[in-house]
Amino acid sequence: MTTGSTSPASLPPQLSGLDPSWSRLVSAVDSEEQSRTWHVLDNGVENPSLTLLCVHGNPTWSYLWRKVLQAAPPGIRVVAVDHLDMGYSDRTGTERRLAQRISDLGAVADALAITGPVVTVAHDWGGPISLGWADLHRDQLAGVVLMNTAVHQPAGSPAPSLIRFARSKAVLSQLCVRTSGFIRGTLRLAKKRLPRPVRAAYRAPYRSAARRRAIGLFVADIPLEETHPSTPALDAVVAAVGEMERTPALLLWGSKDPVFSDLYLRDLIVRLPDAAVHRYDDAGHLVSEDADIVAPLYEWVSHLGTGSLEDPEVPGERPALWAALEARQSSSDAAVVEMVGDQPSRSITFAELAKDVELVGAGLVASGVSKGDRVSLLVPPGIDLTVCLYACWRIGAVAVIADAGLGAKGMTRALKSANPRYLIGVSRAMAAARAMRWPGERISVDAMRSARKRALGVSATLDDVRDRGQGRELPESPASDDIAAVVFTSGATGPAKGVVYRHRQAQAQRDALMNLYGIGSGERLVAAFPPFALYGPAMGITSVVPDMEVTSPGTLQATALAGAVLSVEATMVFASPAALVNVLATREKLAPRMREALLGIRLLMSAGAPVPAALLGAVSGLFPNASLHTPYGMTEVLPVADISLAEVEAVGPGTGVCVGSPVAEAEVAISPLNEDGAATGELTTEPHAVGEICIRAAHAREGYDKLWAVNQAASQPAGWHRSGDVGHFGDAGRLWVEGRLHHIIRTDHGVVTPVGVEHAAETVEGVAKAAVVAVGPVGTQQVVAVLVTDDAPRTATLAGDELADRIRAAVNVPIAAVLTVPSLPVDKRHNSKINRTKIGAWAEEILAGGRVGKL
Amino acid sequence: MRVLVTGGTSLVGSHVARLLKDRGDDVVLFQRGSGPAGYEQRLGDVSDAGAVTAAVAGIDAVVHMAARVGIVGSWAEFEDTNVNGTANLIAASWAEGVSRFVYVSSPSVAHTGESLVGADAGVATPDAVRGHYSKSKAQAELLALEASGPSFPVLALRPHLIWGPGDNQLVGRIVERARQGRLATIGTGMALIDTTYVSNAASAIVAGLDRAPEVEGRALVVSNGEPRPVAELVSRIVRAAGLEPPRLKVPYAVAKAGGRAVERVWDRTERDAEPPMTSFLAEQLATAHWFDQRETRRALQWEPEVSLAAGFENLQEWFAYRSV
Repeated sequence: MTTGSTSPASLPPQLSGLDPSWSRLVSAVDSEEQSRTWHVLDNGVENPSLTLLCVHGNPTWSYLWRKVLQAAPPGIRVVAVDHLDMGYSDRTGTERRLAQRISDLGAVADALAITGPVVTVAHDWGGPISLGWADLHRDQLAGVVLMNTAVHQPAGSPAPSLIRFARSKAVLSQLCVRTSGFIRGTLRLAKKRLPRPVRAAYRAPYRSAARRRAIGLFVADIPLEETHPSTPALDAVVAAVGEMERTPALLLWGSKDPVFSDLYLRDLIVRLPDAAVHRYDDAGHLVSEDADIVAPLYEWVSHLGTGSLEDPEVPGERPALWAALEARQSSSDAAVVEMVGDQPSRSITFAELAKDVELVGAGLVASGVSKGDRVSLLVPPGIDLTVCLYACWRIGAVAVIADAGLGAKGMTRALKSANPRYLIGVSRAMAAARAMRWPGERISVDAMRSARKRALGVSATLDDVRDRGQGRELPESPASDDIAAVVFTSGATGPAKGVVYRHRQAQAQRDALMNLYGIGSGERLVAAFPPFALYGPAMGITSVVPDMEVTSPGTLQATALAGAVLSVEATMVFASPAALVNVLATREKLAPRMREALLGIRLLMSAGAPVPAALLGAVSGLFPNASLHTPYGMTEVLPVADISLAEVEAVGPGTGVCVGSPVAEAEVAISPLNEDGAATGELTTEPHAVGEICIRAAHAREGYDKLWAVNQAASQPAGWHRSGDVGHFGDAGRLWVEGRLHHIIRTDHGVVTPVGVEHAAETVEGVAKAAVVAVGPVGTQQVVAVLVTDDAPRTATLAGDELADRIRAAVNVPIAAVLTVPSLPVDKRHNSKINRTKIGAWAEEILAGGRVGKL
Repeated sequence: MRVLVTGGTSLVGSHVARLLKDRGDDVVLFQRGSGPAGYEQRLGDVSDAGAVTAAVAGIDAVVHMAARVGIVGSWAEFEDTNVNGTANLIAASWAEGVSRFVYVSSPSVAHTGESLVGADAGVATPDAVRGHYSKSKAQAELLALEASGPSFPVLALRPHLIWGPGDNQLVGRIVERARQGRLATIGTGMALIDTTYVSNAASAIVAGLDRAPEVEGRALVVSNGEPRPVAELVSRIVRAAGLEPPRLKVPYAVAKAGGRAVERVWDRTERDAEPPMTSFLAEQLATAHWFDQRETRRALQWEPEVSLAAGFENLQEWFAYRSV
């Protein structure tokens, strides 16, 4: 393959989505002093404020960038170049390597008179070429955008197997040149099957073996080994990227890419730590075909140079998350107690905990964990989790926390997205990690023999880690601005998202909770709501984990709770509504001594889902001396507001659920809804303005992990968190939540929030539970009530006329259809929030005349 | 205003005539046989150009709703009444200097088979729609709107499934079949269907006359804007007549296939009556058909006055009164 046939550049034929006026042929002299002609797409904007220089990979061509040209805002020039021997550019008959391709790009860019600021945009092997150009044009470079590419083979990982496969001599020519197999294979790497005209357009310039020659050469030019002629050029690119730390960067990534997997994304994030990252869970290698990358791209571009992407500085140093541990390092009080049944099974004192956290921390460092490394913790609440979490925090590692309630599939999705370097877990988690190929070097909390270690691919046990930590110094503490954790949302509304917290934000959360509930050092908490148990040591209080199935809070027995209370003479209980329901149901089994212990509880907190007042009322009989509180908040910021049972009873019913007054540390405002039900209004605290609840607080999340576009949308105006909840301020400054913005129904009469309608429907006799959802297009949606009645049918049916009449009379909005079902789906984690998204999709289908599928 | 109403003998036609008369317009009815009393009558067939020219003499505005409906008949027959008839009226009205023209069309001119969920009116597509009726109405709508301009404003209104007391089409057939014990729910009965209470259809047409100059050249679907599952609609109609709703269920595929077979046989035998089930009807009763009403209401500055609930009460009273 040293020489090939030549043919001149040409203009492409009419192709789907490609405006012929964009196509130009441009001639320039290449590095060998030869005149060459390139085919480029160029929207021809004159005196642009910015130019996007788009560089395709192999085996695509600039057709890849048609949507970027199509959507270009005024004043932005978009240029997409077909590499020589690719697309519709000259077939030179030569063999071009990376260094030459970089200088070719420079030649054509000069011929195109690209002046002024430039953002390079590249995909696949266009990445290194574009970065090579970027390095040589630092004065012009305004930013870099990279999609599913690589500059470096991550240490210890094999080359993408597809590339190795394609590189083998036998395959290379057959796959890439003699047939169009490589092109067809690449087009199949799109997650969704591309429409036929689009597939045809990608293949159009590569119709003969002669025209495909460079596809094989491109693959052969990937320097997989040190002796490869292109290795120095790629090394130079890698070095250049190392100096681009401060260059604005945007990484748009399709996660379902067998070529450039998440490993390559992590490699790039390490090299470009300040990059905005958006990882599309459902997109493949051809991310620009599978996902709308254009909107986030231009959103990001619009912020360039404005500085608005910079973090607002939040001052005020707070004590470190482990400060209370150090303060109590000689205390023999229990820090964490685990229970089996109603008896303590294991406990650790503050003195022991402080020591073990240091030992494990030092051991993790000795095992290779560096500051900023992600460590996934798959350990149920208890002593081991506490030790590992505080050890991670102390050494500056980032704890990745995904609740087992996500289920195996959700967990896999979450962990692949977070992509931790280490995975610490119980032996069951080790087995699951192996079976489901969860990322991260495995460290087992449980002791295991070496045969089992090998079988599960476990590199060390926690005791091995402790051994390694003996006599070693701890590293410097992380700064308050360093990342502390990535916590996954429940996934009740779409795939779980990783929520990023800095140390200062976690510290502020600890302080907000302590302040809100007057928690003092030395108190004792029974934490039947897992997330809360984690902060016990940070607050300097004793935490007890009652015996319960973590993933199903409804299994908490009254005796297990009371036993936990008794074991430390607890002063506080935190539980979910589902747990409290079961505690009430099993209270008959409580021995008098246990009932007595409950008298010592001064504070009972219930959270996770709206808590019906009737439930709290019944609970107060069991805890006569406790004040009952429900905090309102979400994974992204908690607490936002708080309400006591007394207050719930005093305010009475209203539109939605009253969640009380905002906490002192959180600023809460409403972004009113417009005519179409979108929350576009200026923030206000006016009573009765209905809109999205927005929060600003020192204890709010930093952002969403690798979801730059989602994060942008959820952070408007800057510094605020848009909760996705809809509500309003009532009288006396209390906040009312009316449901999810996502579930807002936009009828032609205006906006309907489901929660109030559901409550009204549930007042109808014989109706146990109601879900109110929408069908039809936004703006003319119809409201549908889906009911569970006392005499529930075996399959979904239309309600009789009488029931439909009673429902319509009870609610104040038009209802198109009333359906009855055997049961309503709820989300896994809370086991109490009804899954309106799922019910809505189901109703949409059957009310269009589709089959009555399972709900 | 002197208004010519064609097809004034139909249920909605008589409502339109009364509404116009009640507000003080001069109403002239044009149809083949004699129409309701109390109006000036001009007799003739819309396909007769001479009769049509005579009918529009001295007329200020036209509501054209005369049409051949159903599935029985040859294309030539549908074309003659619906296409040529509309062409005659448009031509004569234009020549006469009529100041506004409302063509009463059907949502079926723009849609074929697929389920319609909050759909827009869409553009009439005579080559895509099925059946002689829809095709001829689509052609007629296009030619009517083609003629529209500031000096001769034409508006097409497409009411969806008109019903009400005295309706012998939708209500009459459903009740008749229920009486015979031959009424079945097709498919799940859960598809949402838009309907139009007759007096709302009439008030929309009158609003169309008033608004034609501002919104000429457009086609708007008219409905109550209260879609309901088809089984609920049928059940409420049947109950209004004092009967029990159907227990029988027929899967959609069976009804559709059966309908097609019936259509073929009917077509060959050229019977005069409408067949009991057609594939078009099966489709109408088993897939969603409801429309975005926002643009219609904005354009017509109109809201339906009678809700479905009130409409069903009226229907019940009417049945009760009739049985006395």
